[in-house]
Amino acid sequence: MTNAIEVENLVKRFGSFIAVNHLTFSVGKGEIFGLLGANGAGKTTTIRMLCGLLSPTSGKISVAGYDAYTQPEQIRASIGYMSQKFSLYSDLTVWENIRFFGGIYGLWGKELRIRALELVEEFKMHDFKDTKVESLPVGWRQRISLAVSLVHKPPIIFLDEPTSGVDPVGRRMFWETIHQISSMGTTVLVTTHYMDEAEYCHTVLVMVDGRIEAQGAPAQLKSTHGVESMNDLFLLLSRNGKLNIE
Amino acid sequence: MPAIQVTNISKSYGKVKALTDVSLSVEEGEMFGLIGPDGAGKSTLIRIITTLLVPDSGNVTVFGLDTVSQYKLIRGEIGYMPAVFSLYSDLTVEENLNFFAGVFGTTVKENYELVKGVYHMLEPFRNRPAGKLSGGMKQKLALSCALIHRPRVLILDEPTTGVDAVSRKELWDLLHSIKKQGITVFVSTAYMDEAKQCDRVALIQKGRILGTNTPEGFAEMFPYKLFSIQANNAWSSLDAIRHLSTCETAYMFGDSIHFATNYNEESPESLHDRLMSVGVEANVAQIQASIEDYFIYQLSEKNLVK
Repeated sequence: MTNAIEVENLVKRFGSFIAVNHLTFSVGKGEIFGLLGANGAGKTTTIRMLCGLLSPTSGKISVAGYDAYTQPEQIRASIGYMSQKFSLYSDLTVWENIRFFGGIYGLWGKELRIRALELVEEFKMHDFKDTKVESLPVGWRQRISLAVSLVHKPPIIFLDEPTSGVDPVGRRMFWETIHQISSMGTTVLVTTHYMDEAEYCHTVLVMVDGRIEAQGAPAQLKSTHGVESMNDLFLLLSRNGKLNIE
Repeated sequence: MPAIQVTNISKSYGKVKALTDVSLSVEEGEMFGLIGPDGAGKSTLIRIITTLLVPDSGNVTVFGLDTVSQYKLIRGEIGYMPAVFSLYSDLTVEENLNFFAGVFGTTVKENYELVKGVYHMLEPFRNRPAGKLSGGMKQKLALSCALIHRPRVLILDEPTTGVDAVSRKELWDLLHSIKKQGITVFVSTAYMDEAKQCDRVALIQKGRILGTNTPEGFAEMFPYKLFSIQANNAWSSLDAIRHLSTCETAYMFGDSIHFATNYNEESPESLHDRLMSVGVEANVAQIQASIEDYFIYQLSEKNLVK
């Protein structure tokens, strides 16, 4: 397996509406890949197909070496998922949450205990491992969500607007953690509305009206389009598409 | 007389202190931003200002009217756009707008000029139920409904959360044109980069105001020398950079690292050499702090980061 994710000519139609229009891209192992686009550009539809939650109209998808049409179960076992909506149990402690979600992924006994301790170590959660999640600041909760989404050691994680509403320090701590897990080989696919965070990705793909409008390393895209920031690039590319909608 | 005067407000929900001794003042005609992360207390403060919640202590006036004893009078003066969509989903676009005009004893015709800039984008959908609109359209309708009675102050709770960069820009353009018509605008957001859209900004964290100033004023209050470091392996170098003897804080900002130091003699050259000594090859430049740098400084200084 060379790439973590391979997508070829991916199409999704809802009736006459083409939500995803011939996407082709690949994500290398350990890469941080940012999927950007305006609301309604087709990001969520794409992610749902990659996770095996929605079947494509046509095209090829391979995730962690598994085929999305025939092996959706294997895909789901190979990915971690974390969304902007806080999805831990707030009245359970950090430790209880890790053990609960570990159990769901089929870990138990000594193996689960060892993995939970590893995560506490890796994410430096010693001080509040026995604290109920509800009494922790938002930034920390998001990091714990990330830790929990890694409990079954997935080779790939999907992060859907993971830092929405998090303070500027919390956001940066979160991204430092993302770079840390990426350097250890985990592949990260992330969506965000913070364009300064788009700069933190190795590669970004900008979607407009279901199509790929640009794809590449942030520095390269900025110089190709002669803009100073990813925000300017996004406004430039998305405005071209927006005219067709309204 | 200020448009909004908040004096020593505190508010708790059970054991949780949502606001502690909050004071601020918004001048008539200004664009005022309340900036802070989720859970900082932004919505609680907005609900108190909009007379929907009573503070435990302190007081708030809107155009000199007290939010507790004169709440009925205030409600006619403010337009409020809450964080969650709260129009009638089963009424059409046009019915919603007529309804809100009617509630405030006016008509759409009377104030059409004011909402025209926003509402004209909705006209093609005027017979569509509000619940069937896209996110961006819902928001434009909510804004029209909040403006239709020609309020003196427009209060918006996180209008740009979960909204893409294009729609965010559109919304800010609309807010600027509303301000131009003489309406005071009070807006909360979690995006630091939106500070530059405001005349003045209050930073809020954990229920406390960390300061109120112009965006440039905050930047000038930044107490350290600040450098931008551009290096190829920035992320993996962060740890080494933070261990440099002159480092106060080092954080990623877009494609570079912002390095703050209170060592007065530090120059781009000396920092460059210092970085070389730990194996980091980089371009270094001294830069002006932004409001985000100041916020990070305050969070670190007051130990509000956990």
